Amino acid sequence: MIKVENLVKVFGTKRAVDGISFAVERGEVLGFLGPNGAGKSTSMRMITGFIAPTEGRVSVGGHDIVEKPIEAKRLIGYLPENAPAYTDMTVHGFLSFSAEIRGLRGDAKKKAVSRAVELCFLENVLHQSVETLSKGYRHRTCFAQSIIHDPDVLILDEPTDGLDPNQKHEIRTLIRKMGEKKAIIFSTHILEEVDAVCSRAVIIDRGRIVANGTPKQLRQKSEWAGAVTLNVVGQSESAIKEKLGQLRSTKRVTVTANGAHIKATAFPRTAGDGDFTREVIEATRSWQVEELHTEEGRLDEVFRSITMPDTKA
Amino acid sequence: MNSWANIKTIAKRELGAYFTSPLAYVFIVIFLLLCGTFTFFFGYFYERGVAELGQSFFFWHPWFYLFLVPAVGMRLWAEERRVGTLELLMTMPITPWQAILGKFLASWFFIGIALALTFPLWITVNYLGNPDNGVIFAAYIGSWLMAGAYLAISCITSAMTRTQVVSFIVSLVVCALLLLVGTGGAFEFFKNMFNVPVAEAIGSFSFLTHFMGFQKGVIDSRDVLFFLSLIGFSLFTTSVILREHRN
Repeated sequence: MIKVENLVKVFGTKRAVDGISFAVERGEVLGFLGPNGAGKSTSMRMITGFIAPTEGRVSVGGHDIVEKPIEAKRLIGYLPENAPAYTDMTVHGFLSFSAEIRGLRGDAKKKAVSRAVELCFLENVLHQSVETLSKGYRHRTCFAQSIIHDPDVLILDEPTDGLDPNQKHEIRTLIRKMGEKKAIIFSTHILEEVDAVCSRAVIIDRGRIVANGTPKQLRQKSEWAGAVTLNVVGQSESAIKEKLGQLRSTKRVTVTANGAHIKATAFPRTAGDGDFTREVIEATRSWQVEELHTEEGRLDEVFRSITMPDTKA
Repeated sequence: MNSWANIKTIAKRELGAYFTSPLAYVFIVIFLLLCGTFTFFFGYFYERGVAELGQSFFFWHPWFYLFLVPAVGMRLWAEERRVGTLELLMTMPITPWQAILGKFLASWFFIGIALALTFPLWITVNYLGNPDNGVIFAAYIGSWLMAGAYLAISCITSAMTRTQVVSFIVSLVVCALLLLVGTGGAFEFFKNMFNVPVAEAIGSFSFLTHFMGFQKGVIDSRDVLFFLSLIGFSLFTTSVILREHRN
């Protein structure tokens, strides 16, 4: 549905977006990750046709966004960063306007508005002016605008920004549900959201894609992936460290003592090594191990190590 | 016909925005107060003893518009840019031209409403005497066309900035220039500096020069063309500025 090829945006001398390519199919929810200023919003603005790319192409549903903007924009629902909305209108007025500009009239318009209102829980503020809304409601109003025409493609720039935990949960559930039938791109810096919602994620840093895969695949890049943590009683710290460190696949071992309990983590040489756990179990058979589990890998750690390579431990 | 529907949707929203803010009412009240005051006190409406509106009423319009129309036009694009709704508008399935025209037409229509509300003057003059209503009608048309030209210039200045006040001041200055070059003083000045043809040429760019005919009841196609082409040119410039923001 969405195809981005070698997208470049230059502002003055800065390459804000520097050759991004990816594709999103129907049924996929793509998470757009990256530190602030990495080029997420700029990319989204090019994909939605708000700003023109310096180089590269974007096509939505087979329509080039520069050559056939109207056809492409019809398929897109867009929630810009900071969720702008006409402050002088009521929520109902704003949504009616959005429906009308999408070509919906009469009954179809009424239905579209009430559907969006229901999905975004806006009943209580329907006749309130946008200006007087709290941040969460304003955000949801703009979100409602983006889904009013039940678009095939949704581009959401930080859709859960400024929402309370309950609202976040609702919006995530909504995105995941809609993702079954649509192609969705959404940006966030909340990593737990990626697990909760995305079928795939890309990490962008300084205008480039530095990682691309399912949340599971991304986690595998972490040195925590496949690491084994155990809770041991009755062994000395140094003994544990030595024993685990001698294993063939061990990269390093960390040990922390808590009274008689000693918590040790052994990291495998190759992240995500599936046989490592068995190796550790074999080696510690004679010990009194109270707990043992294999780490899945940590997204935040992957994110940090990819986007701040200089400070990597 | 689809594009017309889009223009209408935009215009309807814009017009609604005027009336939900105090701006519309303030504008209309001030405009009507000015019209009344100037017509009767400074236009010597009664003292003239002639049943006409050209010299007493329409004479002032270029000067009223100088201050009032930039106030109507200043929010058109500046506000969209400040609030960020421009991003919504430009990612909807409409062309920039439809948005520009829709917004312009809404504001122009709004000024038309204010102008139409001066009808009591027309009734008064008809009650007191037998004016040439054709002349009055022509002057109304001319006044509205001229307001459109002021407004189109405000569209440019509004698209240039996020700050409404900046837009107001810049368009006021530009409109003042276009007004002043048509005054007798400016003609003398340019005549002494260059010669008569140059002074006339410069004067021909003025609102005043082209409104003069309407005021007398003459709808000259050249004057109509002047205002319409100024509107067209200004809206085109607006579209160029808006496109530049998105590059």
